[in-house]
Amino acid sequence: MMIIRVERIKKNFSLNGQRILVLDDVSINIEEGEFVALLGPSGCGKSTLLSLLAGYFLPDEGEITINGSLSYMPQRDMLLPWLNVIENACLPAAIRHSMAETSARAEVKRLLPLFGLNNFGDSLPDQLSGGMRQRAALLRTYMAGGDFWLLDEPFGSLDALTREDLQEWFMDLQQEIKCGVLFVTHDINEALKLSSHIYALSPRPGRISGEWVAKAGFSLAKRELLKKEILMALQ
Amino acid sequence: MQNKGEKILAPLAGLLLIVAAWQIAAFMVGAEYILPGPISVIRSFGHNLPQLLRHSVFTLQEALYGLAIAVVFAALLTALLSLSSRLKNMLYPLILASQMIPIIVMAPLFIIWFGFGLLPKVLVVVLVCFFPIVISMLAGLAAADTEIMAFYRSMGMNRWQLFSLVRWPMALPYFFGGLRVAATYSVMGAVIGEWLGALGGLGLLLTRSKNTYNLSLTFAVIIMIILWSTLLFAAVKLLEYKALSWRRKVGKENWEN
Repeated sequence: MMIIRVERIKKNFSLNGQRILVLDDVSINIEEGEFVALLGPSGCGKSTLLSLLAGYFLPDEGEITINGSLSYMPQRDMLLPWLNVIENACLPAAIRHSMAETSARAEVKRLLPLFGLNNFGDSLPDQLSGGMRQRAALLRTYMAGGDFWLLDEPFGSLDALTREDLQEWFMDLQQEIKCGVLFVTHDINEALKLSSHIYALSPRPGRISGEWVAKAGFSLAKRELLKKEILMALQ
Repeated sequence: MQNKGEKILAPLAGLLLIVAAWQIAAFMVGAEYILPGPISVIRSFGHNLPQLLRHSVFTLQEALYGLAIAVVFAALLTALLSLSSRLKNMLYPLILASQMIPIIVMAPLFIIWFGFGLLPKVLVVVLVCFFPIVISMLAGLAAADTEIMAFYRSMGMNRWQLFSLVRWPMALPYFFGGLRVAATYSVMGAVIGEWLGALGGLGLLLTRSKNTYNLSLTFAVIIMIILWSTLLFAAVKLLEYKALSWRRKVGKENWEN
């Protein structure tokens, strides 16, 4: 089933009275349960596309259709510093009254090991490392209950070793909970490693400059080939 | 790096110097009814302690009632102003302008309107304390992180949830800044209210002792006022310490300062 359909959208922003075209004629189609990467250089409008999908604002032209529920995680982890990990993760349930407070807490506690946050439930965000904060933010995203996740550079702020670590863990997690993912990255290796469907966005104004699909993830050999192809397309 | 001992000892030494200078000046003036020395003030303080405490009850009651009412009013008004920017544009300049009215000229009016009892004094305290709290709360709410707000709004928070779960906790450090100032003002406000007519209170004792040239008692009252103001300030600081314990945990604030 098609879960996200974006048809020929345009988005302008005004900066100091000047209109800047950020997204130009962008169309994407994403199926249920897919792991999709949105690849592009900094400032190409990929974060804008994600926040359009999250409903932050509307496109100037074109249409966005979404069948299902989305959980959005911005680039900043947005953890509230006065709440501990469990309380932060319980926020979505508290907001929507979708779960009683005690059962939400119980659910979060059950999930802590799966998210690698065992023994960190009572820690405050500022007491955690960057990787741990990201895990906590992902746990909150999970608790938001969407069957499709929009992640804006989820590993972008981490050091190389932690990033590698978290990528591996996240792939396992995705297998486990079977959520669909659309994530934004400027790292071509990350896109090839994690996803089975890649959209490449050109430098501003962002236009789709290519799309690559593989049914069960890209194999190592195919990755090298694709990498060249994508780099060509991005130029 | 200053060590802890010096931080406490240095102001104490300064205080000692001032007290010594005061004693010498009093000795040179040589008239108790013009400038009593610290020794006679302390003697008067001890001698009049029951009286001072009896009058303190009036003043503290007024100060605490006034402070509490000011906090409630300030919170309500701030919540209202933060919900609508049009309302804020309409009322904020008026609130600012109202601060140009000297409270002292209001006190006699309050006495004419409300008599010599508790109410006019409480009103003076409310007027004095209200402003610093509102200003600090508005500053706190204005400083809210707009990205975080937008995120939680998109997560489905309604206005009230956004206010109570995100904006208000973010503004709390600002609120306590205002409350600290208001707490020290509150005792002063009550004393000013009592100057112009009261059945009891440190302000009454102050004018009465001054009128009878019992200046050592006047100074003793002043010391009492300082003590209560400091105590209230410390109480607010303690409250802040409890409420913002998370900042301490992550070492965001140096509580020695």
